[in-house]
This record gives sequence, structure tokens and C-alpha cells, in this order.
Amino acid sequence: MSRRRHSDDSDDSDGQPHKRRRTSEPSEIEERLESLICRVGEKSNSSLESNLEGLAGVLEADLPNYKSKILRILCTVARLLPEKLTVYTTLVGLLNARNYNFGGEFVEAMIRQLKECLKVNMYNEAVHLVRFLSDLVNCHVIAAPSMVAMFENFVSVTQEEDVPQVRCDWYIFAFLSSLPWVGKELYEKKDAEMDRLLSQTESYLKRRQKIHVPMLQVWTADKPHPQEEYLDCLWSQIQKLKKDRWQERHILRPYLAFDSILCEALQHNLPPFTPPPHTEDSVYPMPRVIFRMFDYTDDPEGPVMPGSHSVERFVIEENLHCIIKSHWKERKTCAAQLLSYPGNNKIPLNYHIVEVIFAELFQLPSPPHIEVMYTTLLIELCKLQPGSLPQVLAQATEMLYMRLDTMNTTCVDRFINWFSHHLSNFQFRWSWEDWSDCLTQDLEKPKPKFVREVLEKCMRLSYHQRIIDIVPASFSVLSPANPVCIYKYGDESNRSLPGYTVALCLTIAIKNKASNDEIFSILKDVPNPNQDDDDDEGFTFNPLKIEVFVQTLLHLAAKSFSHSFSALAKFHEVFKTLAESDEGKLHVLRVVYEVWKNHPQMIAVLVDKMIRTQIVDCAAVANWIFSSELAHDFTRFYIWEILHSTIRKMNKHVLKIHKELEDTKARLARQHKRRDSDDDDRSSDREDGPLEEQIERLQEKVESAQSEQKNLFLVIFQRFIMLLTEHLVRCETGGIDVFTPWYKSCIERLQQIFLQHHQIIQQYMVTFENLLFTAELDHHILAVFQQFCTVQCTSKLFMFSLLCG
Amino acid sequence: MCSGGTLSILRSDSYVDLSQYRDQHFRGTRYDQERLLRKSCTLYVGNLSFYTTEEQIHELFGKSGDIKKIIMGLDKVKKTACGFCFVEYYARGDAENAMRYINGTRLDDRIIRTDWDAGFKEGRQYGRGRSGGQVRDEYRQDYDAGRGGYGKTVQCQLLFKWC
Repeated sequence: MSRRRHSDDSDDSDGQPHKRRRTSEPSEIEERLESLICRVGEKSNSSLESNLEGLAGVLEADLPNYKSKILRILCTVARLLPEKLTVYTTLVGLLNARNYNFGGEFVEAMIRQLKECLKVNMYNEAVHLVRFLSDLVNCHVIAAPSMVAMFENFVSVTQEEDVPQVRCDWYIFAFLSSLPWVGKELYEKKDAEMDRLLSQTESYLKRRQKIHVPMLQVWTADKPHPQEEYLDCLWSQIQKLKKDRWQERHILRPYLAFDSILCEALQHNLPPFTPPPHTEDSVYPMPRVIFRMFDYTDDPEGPVMPGSHSVERFVIEENLHCIIKSHWKERKTCAAQLLSYPGNNKIPLNYHIVEVIFAELFQLPSPPHIEVMYTTLLIELCKLQPGSLPQVLAQATEMLYMRLDTMNTTCVDRFINWFSHHLSNFQFRWSWEDWSDCLTQDLEKPKPKFVREVLEKCMRLSYHQRIIDIVPASFSVLSPANPVCIYKYGDESNRSLPGYTVALCLTIAIKNKASNDEIFSILKDVPNPNQDDDDDEGFTFNPLKIEVFVQTLLHLAAKSFSHSFSALAKFHEVFKTLAESDEGKLHVLRVVYEVWKNHPQMIAVLVDKMIRTQIVDCAAVANWIFSSELAHDFTRFYIWEILHSTIRKMNKHVLKIHKELEDTKARLARQHKRRDSDDDDRSSDREDGPLEEQIERLQEKVESAQSEQKNLFLVIFQRFIMLLTEHLVRCETGGIDVFTPWYKSCIERLQQIFLQHHQIIQQYMVTFENLLFTAELDHHILAVFQQFCTVQCTSKLFMFSLLCG
Repeated sequence: MCSGGTLSILRSDSYVDLSQYRDQHFRGTRYDQERLLRKSCTLYVGNLSFYTTEEQIHELFGKSGDIKKIIMGLDKVKKTACGFCFVEYYARGDAENAMRYINGTRLDDRIIRTDWDAGFKEGRQYGRGRSGGQVRDEYRQDYDAGRGGYGKTVQCQLLFKWC
């Protein structure tokens, strides 16, 4: 061992750790220990086994001084680096063989950590801990019978009464998902008990409700790959594993190389583990549907893809998901880690990676990470594997296109966004002719609709002529409109239109930098078509005034977003006055649409700005979207982008005021505390006055904002119900099939509202149930609501009883 | 005890870290500037084509979150776009995601570069090159059709040659 200077790196370039003889700062030691531990298993000149052995030696020597740090680090890697599970269980196994007490303390620390995770609803991390503990059986750290006993307690959760199904689901998942690692060992030692556990699991899985599944499936069709509920899929995989006598060949098991050392080690018994009871605050993971798009037929020349019910498939997918979860912030590292997943000559790794990435991108209700991450990650992967990955991606795109007819609308949205953004990084090169089949279909059908929306998004990232140039002439029917402004007073031939002269007047005035007052006085001359409603005092709803002003202003400011925003800001007063009433707000939005219907992007940014500057409110936007004027564009993507953006703004607004309230309450509490600890008699309750007033005001503000929020959803749901009921009644009386492309789109948009904003909707459930989603509703619509209830994982018992009867 | 901790390898966020660039015209200390950069919601975007529009920038950068404002960079003399802009988000987290996932990807077929900005101030929308555009377009030797062709110095030399 060479003596190293304080400033040197603690490792050789080959990753072999060396003993340090110098003393360093405790935090530096902790950093170095953490680095050593985290890096074991990475690419190295030495074998994994010799690195593990070396590291075990170093850690053993450091135990007297740094035991608690080492315990903490090992517990943390168990929880946060599940993709390297077996590397670290082997390490712990080696340490346990050298130091039995340490092994015992580690197991205790893990159990403490597991309990804590469950208490704070960190269920995904808890699964990693359970799996780690079970693999420790393979490393002779934990005695198999005690692990079986823990699993017996897990499975007995299914016997609990009056608990949410998602609670039982988690304990079953934790049990089943550990079996690929430890099934063989447990079955060898305790086959009767395991059989009993498996049969109890089977009967639970048979009786559990699966109403939520359709809402979470990416495709509604079962062909070519069924979209299975995650527990059903896992159960099939474990059954197959059992049939194969628990032979599992994919997982890398470094501990096998150390068998002679490890089998000499003394094992520990897990303390009896009682699952913490269900509480009001428990929030369990949402159920999932397993996304599959490839099978062994898709890569005929490469290694065979493990079947959908093979346990290998489960392990590969779990590990790839974990890698993304670990490295999502570092796209280059993430891509490199994915591509260096072990076993890449025995499995078609590129296909697995692409499938896992799309699984996340299309996950319902939401992807685990921001959508744009996946686009950029795929681009990085293409850079690292230019000879193979682009082809897999092209194949995947083709397959997704072929199956558009049964793809969930929300997923189609994400597909559109991904594909157009991806193309913009590759000069929009694509073999559009391959998709000519869509040209002969009704434009409302999924395939032509998809191509239209993609081309529109591509245009937004470039410019109109570019899109015309990149598609074959035959695709012109699907090409986006030239995003030009439509000014109704622009032509001399429109002279006869009411308000034409005022429009001209306004144009000149605005060009001459008129003030708001001057604008008001010009507008005074505009007659009100609703003459009888007109007051003599001030302004009431005058649609013609709104029309003339908004048309003219938007036309003058059409050059760019910035120009339009400046215009809105400069004449904010006029807007506020004209749009004071609800009808006024609605009409402003109508005129914006009339002017900019060729440029959906402009409509979206204008609506956003008008909400933020309070020219219109969220409810007005919702009503406008469902209005008859917009019926023609109702199924277009940009409409839903606007609606969801509006809802999000509303939600952020409520959160912001809520936070203000909490912050002010905290300030008051601090003030009290200071006074209590301060003996000064001069300070008094008087000082609380301003803060208490502020709190009261903020309380009112919060209530008012929440009321607005609830009202927004009420409007949206009401309008949906009206629209859908109209369609259902029309179909029934006309004797035509309900399931038109429009209907499918509309129902899925309703589902999307529930899923995208489930946490907020949850808060107002009682109102929605009592006012809107009553038993009298058509069962098609009610089903959406009921599915949503089952997807929600709360402790509300009444919801569970809703499920049962 | 353990469930709160994390690992430094998982904390790594290199795309969000500050670059080496510091604005020489910044009024204040290095420390002030860095403090502002670390909490900024504003990004500088460079290597744009002169023809890239605000709309395109809005579409691309809107993918990481809601945009508060875009300010196009202008040639100080001509007052036309000169290949850079500022994008300001409402939330820092959205700006961070732009640094992680939009920086180094393409807009108008060009790899664009984003960097933290201490905050827009009037005047900063103008190029600082002698000819009115950006400094980098003064001295570069290559031909870039999206950025006015040759660099300004080269253009002058060519002009001189033909006189």
C-alpha cells in the first residue's frame, strides 16, 4: 500500500481502493467512503469480485472509527441504487462474514429505515429495501425462515378490513417483486409456507377490483400486446418462475463467487415485522398498467427478447426504470448507464431501453419526469449508438402510428409532442409517403389527426414554408394553415360592416400613440346592437365595441408575441372595462379566436396573458372552449393545451395564496415565541394586530380562490356532461353507434381532466358527486367518474364502499 | 434517521451548474453576480439563427415550463435580430429543466446554447460587437448562412479586396 498525500485522490485509476494512513476531516472521510462505496461496480480494470473484496477489507478496517457513517451510507445505497442491488448485498455479505455484529446492526438499521419509509409514504423506496433484505438471504446475512415470516406478515395485510385496496396491493407487490431474487432460496427452505403464501396471494388477486385498468391503459386493444394490470402481470411472471423451478438466469449475482466464504457466515434473524397500520395520512402508490410494445418478433436478427411473462423481462424493466430514476438530471450519464446495462449481448438492449422510455413517456396519469427529458434522452442515446438506436426508434414510431386507432388521447398528445420535437432535431427527415394511407381517411380519424397535429407542431418549431417543403404534395390536405391574422375591417370591401369607420379611426389613433382615455372616447361612438340593454351610465356589454377594439388592436400588434403583449399591457384599462361582465370576457375570447384562428399558438399565448393580467378569468376560458363557436376546433390539440394550462394557472394561484397564508401564520407564531421568551413588559398583544388582520384577509383570499377553483371544475364537468349527454341522446334516438371518433376523443378528454388534476379534484369530490355525478347520469359518463374513484388512493372509506356497492 | 439522506452521485446536476462566463458589464461584484445567477429564472440563449423568431423560441422553451418573457437580441445599429435572446421563466425549476434538456439541442437546425443570466436590464438586448452585432460575429472566420455569412472582419477584408 503506498502512502498517499492528503490532497491525492483516494483511488488508483483502476478503482482499487487503498488504505489511508493520514487523518483527514470527518466530512472528507465520509465523502471518500461514500465515493468508494458508490463507485464499486462501475467500469474498472479489475474484476467486480476483486473490487468487492478490496472494498470489504477497507470498510472492515474503518469500522472501529466510522461504523455509523458506513451504516448510513450502505442503508442509503440500498434505498437509492436498486439497480446495483446485488453488488451491495454481496458487500454486506462479505462484511457480515468478517464481522457478525456489524451484520446484525446493519439489518437493524435497515428495518428502522423500512419502518420510517412506510411511515412517510415513501413506498417506492420501501420496495427497494424489502428486495435488499430478501437478497441478503442469498448472501447468508438473513436466515430464510425469518424472511418468510416477514412475507407472511405482508401477505396477511390482505386480511385487514376496511382498508384501501392499494394498501394491500403494495404489500403483495413487495412480496412478489422480491421473488425473482430470493424465490429459489425461500422455496428450498420453506416450500410449504411459500405455497401457502402464494395461494393466499392468488386468492387476493382474484378478488381485487380492477375497474381502474381501462383508465390507465395506453391502448384499449389487447392486440398485439395486452396492457396488463401490473400485479396480474407480475403474478404471471412469478407463476412461470415457479414452474421453471425458480431458475432465474438474468440477475447478476456476485455473491455466487464468494459462496465458500459466505456460507461460513452466521445468519441473523429478522425481528418480527408488523406492517404499520393504515392511517388517515397514508398515501399508497397508484396502480399501474404494464406498457409493452415489443416482443421477440420485432428483432429477428438479434438476441431473443424475453417473453412478457418471463421474470427476466420484469427484472430488466425494473432496473432500467431505476437507472432513469437515478440519473434523470444528467442526460449523458443516464444514456451511458442505460447502454452499459449488463447482459447486452444476450438481450436486445436497445429495444428494452426504447420500450422503457416510452413506457414512462406514456404513463398515465403522468410521466415520472418532465416530457422533454425523454426527447433529449433519446437524442443522447442516438448519439451514442448511431448505427442501431435510430432504426429501433423509427421502428417504434411506425408501430405507434399503426396503433393510433386505439391509443389513449392523452398518450397521443405526448406522441405528437415527442415526435415533432424529435424531428426538429433531425431536419424533419421522415418517410411521410409511408403514411399515405391516412390521406384517404376521414380527417377526424386518429391517423390523419395525428399527422395534422404533428405537422402543426413542426411548423411551430420552424416556419410554414418549411413544412410545405418537407411533405409530399399529397399531404397538403393535412398541412397547417399559414398562421396569418384575419382582420375583418382590413379590406375596402368591408366598408359596409358596422364599426368599420370606428376601426379606421382607432387604427390611426393607436398608431399615433393614443392614450386609454382617447380610445374610450372614440369607442363611445360605437352603437350597441343590444340597444335595449344599454344603460346611459358607463359601459355595459357591447359586443360591437369589443369587436372593433380587439380586432383593430390585435391586427396592429400582429407582428410578434411581444408586440401583442405590449398592446395588451398598454390598453389594459380599456380591456378591463370592456370585459367587465362575464359576457364581455367571453366575447373578447371569441374575437381573439376570429382574428387568430389560423395561428393557434398565438391564441394560446394571448389567452395566457389575458388570464395573468385578469382581463378574462379561468371560468370564462372554460365556457369559451365549450362554446358552439369553437365546436369545429373542439378536438384539436391546442384547445386542450389551453384548457389544461388554464387549470394549472388556477391551481398555482391557490397554492401561492395558501403559502402566503402559511408564511404569515408562521411569522405570527415566531412573534409570539419571541414575546414569550422576552420578559419585556412593553411588548403586548397590540403588536399582533397587523399580522392578525393580514391573516384574516389572506384566509378570505384563500377561501375565495378555492371557491373559484371549485367553480372552474364545476363549469368544465357540467359542460362535458351536457355535451356528452347530447351526443348519447342523439345516437340513441337515431339508432347510430355511440362510439364515433369524436365521442372517443371527448370521453378521453374528460378522463384526462380527472387524471391530470386528480389531487385537486379530490378536495371537492363531495360537491361533484352530489351536484353532478349522480346516479341519474348516463352510465357511460358515470363510469368515467367511478373509474377515477378507484384510481384515487386515499383513506376515505366511503370511496371504498362506493366500489363495493 | 436514514430516509432523508441522499448520495452525492445522485445530487450531480452539471447542466444546471454555473458556466465560466461572467458578464463583464455587470454592475456589482463577482459575488453579487454569482448570487443572482444561482437564483435566476432568466436564461441567455446563444447561437440562434438571425431568422429564428420569438414564436419558435417560445414553442421550444415552453417545453420546460411557462415563459414569462422573451427578449430578442438585436443588432445595436440595425435593430434587427442578431442571433441571441433572453428567456425568462416564472419559476426557477422550469429554467433549470431548460438548462438540462433544451441546452445543446437544435432550434432551426442549429445547436443552441443556454446559460444563466443575472437578469435583463435595458440595454442588454443589444450586441456588443463593434459593428453592432455580437462579438463572436466580429472575428469569426467561417461562413455561417444563418448569421449573416462571414464574420464582420472577414467581410471588411473581402470588401477591401474588391475595391
